[in-house]
Amino acid sequence: MSAKPYGLIATFDTTPSVYHAAEQVRDAGYKKWDCITPFPVHGLDKAMGLKRSHVPKFSLAGGIIGFTLGMSLIFWSSYIDYPLIVGGKPYFSPLFAFPVSYELCILFTAFATIGGMLFLNGLPQHYHPVLKSDKILSGMDDKFHIVIESADPKFDLTQTRVLLEKAGGKDIQELEA
Amino acid sequence: MAAHAHTAAAQPAILNEVNPTPFPRVILVENNRSFGWVTEKICGIIEGKTPTWWWVCFILACCVASFTVIGITYLVATGVGVWGHANPVNWAWDIVNFVFWIGIGHAGTLISAILCLLRQKWRTSINRAAEAMTIFAVVCAGIFPLFHVGRAWFAWYLFPIPNSNAIWQNYRSPLEWDVFAVSTYGTVSVLFWYVGLLPDLAILRDRFFRAGNKVRSFCYGFFALGWRGSNRHWSNYEMAYLILAGVSTPLVLSVHTIVSFDFAVSLLPGWHTTIFPPYFVAGAIFSGFGMVITLMLPLRAIYGLQDLITQYHIDCMCKIILATGTIVGYAYGIEFFIAWYGANPNEGFAFINRAFGHYAWAYWIMVSCNVITPQFFWFKKVRENTALVWILSIFVNVGMWFERFVIIVTSLARDFLPSSWGYYSPSIVEIFTFFGTFGVFSVLFLLFIRFLPVMPMAEIKSVMPQADVHGHDHHGTDALAKDHH
Repeated sequence: MSAKPYGLIATFDTTPSVYHAAEQVRDAGYKKWDCITPFPVHGLDKAMGLKRSHVPKFSLAGGIIGFTLGMSLIFWSSYIDYPLIVGGKPYFSPLFAFPVSYELCILFTAFATIGGMLFLNGLPQHYHPVLKSDKILSGMDDKFHIVIESADPKFDLTQTRVLLEKAGGKDIQELEA
Repeated sequence: MAAHAHTAAAQPAILNEVNPTPFPRVILVENNRSFGWVTEKICGIIEGKTPTWWWVCFILACCVASFTVIGITYLVATGVGVWGHANPVNWAWDIVNFVFWIGIGHAGTLISAILCLLRQKWRTSINRAAEAMTIFAVVCAGIFPLFHVGRAWFAWYLFPIPNSNAIWQNYRSPLEWDVFAVSTYGTVSVLFWYVGLLPDLAILRDRFFRAGNKVRSFCYGFFALGWRGSNRHWSNYEMAYLILAGVSTPLVLSVHTIVSFDFAVSLLPGWHTTIFPPYFVAGAIFSGFGMVITLMLPLRAIYGLQDLITQYHIDCMCKIILATGTIVGYAYGIEFFIAWYGANPNEGFAFINRAFGHYAWAYWIMVSCNVITPQFFWFKKVRENTALVWILSIFVNVGMWFERFVIIVTSLARDFLPSSWGYYSPSIVEIFTFFGTFGVFSVLFLLFIRFLPVMPMAEIKSVMPQADVHGHDHHGTDALAKDHH
């Protein structure tokens, strides 16, 4: 492999071992690195030094848009565009408009949450070096991996390898970009 | 006194730290299985050869589904009069079946959303199939109001789309609320289900790729969106899942509340009651869990999933059926009490007529299935007898269908004007159409168990003891304390 590798990938057999290794990589000051796990490992976010997810901001925006859309749709259609007296009731009241606005609030929140999650994760993604590696199969199944990218300023082929070895990583390989 | 002072000195009035009582964790995956075993077991169902029983069931289900197709085709070609509706019962099996199916769907959302918020980890083994059940039940439910409008090709008038008549929907009508509630419910259920499927589709993508099946790998990979199990992704994913659970909970409660408003907002005796929303929601969860058991127990037996759906899971489901069934029974009682206590002669008559009138047979089927059946689940012996649990779950399904029938038809058949009283019987077309929806449901469910993972592998792995980052010897306080960080 002559081209510069995407990074190094190390394998860990158990949840505690990847957890403690992640703490060491974090403390070594790496920024562009990741853990590949078959399921969300409780506590790993903290071990990696990740901040709280930004997804709720998208959800809140979606919810507000949905609710406002519902209320304005009903106000506009029954008060402005085609005022029609039904059962001697006022043209508009937030009470009868509430159920529909409520449902639209939830609908838009759901779309915004999923859209936000995919956007923040950069998905859908057609290609990624990790997906090309054979390790993805065990990474989706029962093994845990740590990937440190060569784009990280602290990355050094020998020293990073030593760090991963010291942290208990097995079968350390270079990832083809 | 002295002894008391002594203990007080040794133990400060306010403790620095209060540790929760250590409870032994319930084992959710039996026989100490590994992560790899879970993957092999669940992927094996999809990767293995299509079993003969599957084809037999699938062809049978298609035949049954054709009844709906024929019934609907005949209705569209002829007119809505081919159903047995006539004054005064202009709402009958169509709305009964609609509420029946939509109610079944609710258990799926309850398991995936409410139990997620309540940290009931036993939900993981059953949530995927239950969510699939929800979606397919909503599909079956949607058929009835769609065709009851008579001219189904005008059903888009229900949505606020500018039309040539230049008029808008009546947003004061609970039926219009229902349109929004049910379509939102269907959409959000599909989204929630899909988000849960994402990591599992990625497993299948990679397994089929390594096995050399490029076509199937492409199909799963297309929908897996390039998921790679990155913890940076998991972090957002977990948050998104939690929020979806958070919004699905008020959604599921609102959907059946609005369904009950279809009746409660009218002025008809027997419908016009404030107890309807909670009563309908409890009934929906009751019937939904009945259906979950009806589906999951055979699945467990056929695929040997006893390690994943353990006796503990069955116990939990039976207890929920017991609790919600008892709420439903209480609601039946309260309805009678209020009919008497409210001193409204029409209301009183509606309820006496329900229990002792022309439809008394339906009422007593309902009571025996919904009130008596779940009481068997008080007994551990019953809950441990899988065959008996399955039979009782069928009674729950039957009972809840009759509940809707009783509420809807008995109230309409004896309305305010005795001169217009009638007795409703379904036409053969209605019976065919309803019978066929079980086929539609089964076809969809069989396709689901053949092509998609029946259980969420990633979620099951995350509740196994090996998933604990502090090693799996620390149960109780240690694990609980960790949850709070």
